[in-house]
Amino acid sequence: MYGASNDSAPTVVEVSDLTMRFGRKLVHEHLDLSVRQGEILAIVGGSGSGKTTLLREMALLQPPTSGRVSILGNEISGLKEQQTLRVRRRIGVLFQNGALFGGLNVLQNVGAPLREHTRLSDALIDEIACVKLSLVGLTAADGLLYPNQLSGGMRKRAALARAIALDPELLFLDEPTSGLDPLSADAFDELILDLKASLDPTVVLVSHDIDTLWRVADRVVLLGEGRLLAEGSMQALARSTDPAVVRFFQGPRGRAAQASV
Amino acid sequence: MTTAEGRASFATRARREGSTLICSGDWTVRHLQLVEEDLNGVRWPPGPIRLDMGGVQRMDTGGAWVLQRLLVLLESSGHEVELHALAPRFAGLLQLVARTQVTAGAVPRPQRQAMLEQLGHRAIDGLSQGIGLIAFVGEIGAAWVRQLMHPGRIRWAQIASNLGEAGHSALGIVGLLSFLLGIVIAYQGGVQLRQYGASLFVADLVGLSMVRELAPLITAIIVAGRTGSAYTAQIGTMQVTEEVDALRSMGIPPMDLLVLPKLFALIVALPLLTVFADIMGVLGGMLMSSVQLEIAFSTYIDRLGVAISVDSFLVGVGKAPVFAAIIATIGCFQGFQVVGSAESVGRRTTMSVVQSILAVIVVDAAFSVAFSRLGI
Repeated sequence: MYGASNDSAPTVVEVSDLTMRFGRKLVHEHLDLSVRQGEILAIVGGSGSGKTTLLREMALLQPPTSGRVSILGNEISGLKEQQTLRVRRRIGVLFQNGALFGGLNVLQNVGAPLREHTRLSDALIDEIACVKLSLVGLTAADGLLYPNQLSGGMRKRAALARAIALDPELLFLDEPTSGLDPLSADAFDELILDLKASLDPTVVLVSHDIDTLWRVADRVVLLGEGRLLAEGSMQALARSTDPAVVRFFQGPRGRAAQASV
Repeated sequence: MTTAEGRASFATRARREGSTLICSGDWTVRHLQLVEEDLNGVRWPPGPIRLDMGGVQRMDTGGAWVLQRLLVLLESSGHEVELHALAPRFAGLLQLVARTQVTAGAVPRPQRQAMLEQLGHRAIDGLSQGIGLIAFVGEIGAAWVRQLMHPGRIRWAQIASNLGEAGHSALGIVGLLSFLLGIVIAYQGGVQLRQYGASLFVADLVGLSMVRELAPLITAIIVAGRTGSAYTAQIGTMQVTEEVDALRSMGIPPMDLLVLPKLFALIVALPLLTVFADIMGVLGGMLMSSVQLEIAFSTYIDRLGVAISVDSFLVGVGKAPVFAAIIATIGCFQGFQVVGSAESVGRRTTMSVVQSILAVIVVDAAFSVAFSRLGI
């Protein structure tokens, strides 16, 4: 699996010397990380290790305290508003709880980015939204439901459909399988791999679902103690003797996940 | 092939030449409206059609969908279609989109209700809201009785913090507005009264109108906008985040924790605020009378003592607890009506403010009629 991301591929996200503090609380310090084009990179770590914060910094949602983040060849801190907007259009974000707009139905939610950023006719936007819904395994009839009428799994799928509405080159997934039952979580893993195969975005995901890591991730980085503890394929991390890595991956759940692969 | 490469056009287009459609440019959602416009204007000749895709530089799922839709349209109208020079990576996208089996024009539409049906739904909604409100008042009463029987369960801390929030922090705005109101009445009334040489009666005018009517009303309206809306928004948001259910599951009746303290606090705070508004309004009138009509402070105050009877004062302040009960009840009721989304919180908050102000003014009018019948 590690072979899938090839070292010579261009870098899509480059994070260097990144430090983030909230008040006096240090989240991470002097972090370096790069994401190569076409790979699925998973960020893992215990609760409070700053996974989601790191994701938000890369997705232009949270300015870091210090350090450099460059995305799709654009250094973030130097960007003007217009340029930032252009970069944002090329990335898609799946939020942990979906963040679907409660006042719009699913079809309108998925069509929202298209309506905002293109001048297509309403009919065509709705059709494209239907195509996206179908890609994430929802039916066109589901498009008429409102977010509060959806089950957890459907909400994640609808949110993913919205995240891929503009065919992003870079897709950020925050805890894609959290809150899903094991069957739905498996199906969602498959869905991510399917979308990866068909639309070929670079994917950065945050997860502590070890099954997801084994099935989906090309490369895994482990965060903890405010820094990057380890980095490599799941196979490599599973063989690692580093105590922090062992603690994270060799618990009973970690071993069960490995055995099932 | 030669046509497309020969012209090597980068513009995003779909142009028909004979029975060939020459496609070029970026077939991505950002530029796709150009293709859409071009395709809408194309008249298809009978017979086989050739789609020359050689000039297409980029394509995303949106572009692939437009192509797929075109293929289906042409084939269904009996044309033989030849897809020419489509790059392999675009062909993959086309297959992906074809697999989704979405058909053009089959986008589901929400069912529109007929006008009569809408009217019926609205009537039933309105009626059930009314019944719900009455039931809510009943629940408050029951909870109140329960608390009176077990005074140990009264949440004094909650009441105190609500009292501070609804009363103390509103002093500034209530004081300022009623002071200005006093100035306005004295100014407008003074001009008229001076013509009749009755300048001194400005104290009667300001004193009576503020104390009997305007101070209770303006205070209630400010509190409805400031505190009633906050009650709705707080309870509504707790409803969305399931905090209300969490309280229930812990065996804490939401009525006891969320509604009664607010109601108690407001019933205490609003009369106090009204008295404060009385004083500030009369002071505003006093300032204006002295500046414009040259009535000395002492004369004005003497006149006030004659003009404002204890009855008038009590009539004004006595309305305040009723207004408070209305505002708190509607605010909390609308909060519990929130379902699901942030939008619902906003809608219910608006309704809460509009309904409380309306109810306060209607009840005030009813009070006026009743008091004049009773001769107070």
